Amino acid sequence: MSHAEDHEGTRRDFLYYVAGGAGVVATGAVVWPLVNQMNPSADVQAMSSIRQDVSGVEPGTQLTVKWLGKPVFIRHRTGVEIQEAAQQDEEGLAALPDPLARNANLNPDAPATDANRVMPSPEGEAPGAWIVQMGVCTHLGCVPLGDAGDFGGWFCPCHGSHYDLAGRIRKGPAPENLPIPPVEWVDASTIKLG
Amino acid sequence: MSGIPHDHYEPKTNGEKWLHSRLPIVGLLYDTLMIPTPKNLNWMWIWGIVLTFCLALQIVTGIVLVMHYTPHVDMAFASIEHIMRNVNGGYMIRYLHMNGASLFFVAVYIHIFRGLFYGSYKAPREITWIIGMLIYLMMMGTAFMGYVLPWGQMSFWGATVITGLFGAIPFVGEAIQTWLLGGPAVDNATLNRFFSLHYLLPFIIAALVVVHIWAFHTTGNNNPTGVEVRRGSKADAEKDTLPFWPYFVIKDLFALAVILVVFWAIVGYMPNYLGHPDNYIEANPLVTPAHIVPEWYFLPFYAILRAFTGEVWVVQIASFVTGGIVDAKFFGVLAMFGAILAMALAPWLDTSSVRSGKYRPMFKWWFYLLIVDFFALMWLGAMPAEEPYATFSLIASAYWFGYFFVILPLLGVIEKPEVPPETIEEDFNAHYGKADADATPAE
Repeated sequence: MSHAEDHEGTRRDFLYYVAGGAGVVATGAVVWPLVNQMNPSADVQAMSSIRQDVSGVEPGTQLTVKWLGKPVFIRHRTGVEIQEAAQQDEEGLAALPDPLARNANLNPDAPATDANRVMPSPEGEAPGAWIVQMGVCTHLGCVPLGDAGDFGGWFCPCHGSHYDLAGRIRKGPAPENLPIPPVEWVDASTIKLG
Repeated sequence: MSGIPHDHYEPKTNGEKWLHSRLPIVGLLYDTLMIPTPKNLNWMWIWGIVLTFCLALQIVTGIVLVMHYTPHVDMAFASIEHIMRNVNGGYMIRYLHMNGASLFFVAVYIHIFRGLFYGSYKAPREITWIIGMLIYLMMMGTAFMGYVLPWGQMSFWGATVITGLFGAIPFVGEAIQTWLLGGPAVDNATLNRFFSLHYLLPFIIAALVVVHIWAFHTTGNNNPTGVEVRRGSKADAEKDTLPFWPYFVIKDLFALAVILVVFWAIVGYMPNYLGHPDNYIEANPLVTPAHIVPEWYFLPFYAILRAFTGEVWVVQIASFVTGGIVDAKFFGVLAMFGAILAMALAPWLDTSSVRSGKYRPMFKWWFYLLIVDFFALMWLGAMPAEEPYATFSLIASAYWFGYFFVILPLLGVIEKPEVPPETIEEDFNAHYGKADADATPAE
């Protein structure tokens, strides 16, 4: 007599399901820790927050600091650069490959205007004087070079992505604008990341 | 275990009989070594032995290197210099391991293209082909992770770019990337796990090699004519074949010796020719080298990865159809893995009734063009990401896919193949003369 022809729920069927179910759960319970051990460990996970003195960053220069294992660009724009950025804003906004600001300090759907990309300036400085962004190309993670590329901003040497003065992708394979990390002024010359 | 009729191992002494009735291991080795092999095999059939040698070389030199290497971001680079300067003969062991990887890939590419030309992938050898492709994928993984271990600039940035590929997967990409790296960026956790896996994978490859050999010992070797060995009787089979030992082993070892002369010259006189000077600079997460280039054996597929930018219409259509889920970045990743998948699918894409490319007048030219295409992609992968290379890359990538997905299926329909010889014996006699073939091979 074949058990397969027995359509009624028997004690044996029940035992099959229970045993099978227990086997699946037990396998999962063994496999998950083996998978999860590869996720970031507690010390890596501890979201570090760093403070950076930027009083020495003259207009027209850029400071690169390491935060969460990745470089962060802190750019102090000159007056000319602020003007050029405003001009790029006017001309290029409609044609941006990525229309979002990608600014962790704003709403996720904020548009990628220059004003939404820069930091609020400390007292006594022109608006748009400071821009802080992750120095990680959104294509495959290389560090873009400053003062380079077709748009006067950043250029990724790995696969030729061009970013403009506001760190927005304009040309090349990168899909998104350079992301802006959570950042704020602690005092007039110190920036807090994270 | 072979389908071709031949003499099997017979234990003679009492000791042999005792062992054979308990564990027939001598019989297994005997049958493996004495497999009837088509006697018309040409020099393109030597690469299997070369590959086996490479795997052994890499495992032996690798185990020795691990005795002196330290997998930690602060010490890895220094421990490599320690191997190069202080360890007795360490520089030679490391140069053998480095260049051994290159020899491994030279051999595997010739081996793969041999299979593509002579139709070795076609029925009934699909499983052999698929296992081979799995081995090739694992080789690439192993080589990539091994290249990260010295913790030079190219190690670090290569790892960043390649793990970035996984970040391109929609929705779950970033979580997968973080899981692979063990943190937000390539760091000590990444180095440690790559070291562990770099040590593990070669042994999995070795196991797959056994399955690969098992599979083609079941179907029998392909040969330049693509005609199957006659299996009606042992006498018939013997007209088409010679035992692997000693005939083919000696031939293969001779070829290996010639290849090793060249290999040794490279290891001895130009050991860094195939490497990048940037990898002798310690990894720095804040500075990207001006020009990130993978090792030469990844270049063709790297070129395909880079070819599909947002300006290409295929990419734009894919992006539109999927509502933006497949963007340029993900498309490039799909294309790169798709290029390898295309090779793996060859058994089902090739519709021709004739196996060997020797008897396919149109196929030949498309195949030669594929080889040119492969070298063109390799060259383009090393070039900077700008015009005119971007356009060339796109054309060369298009041909790669065109060959597998359009040309191979169509040729089977429109091409009129020549008639292959009836038997392997006939081909052999046409080549070497009947008189010689009749004489018993000198022993």
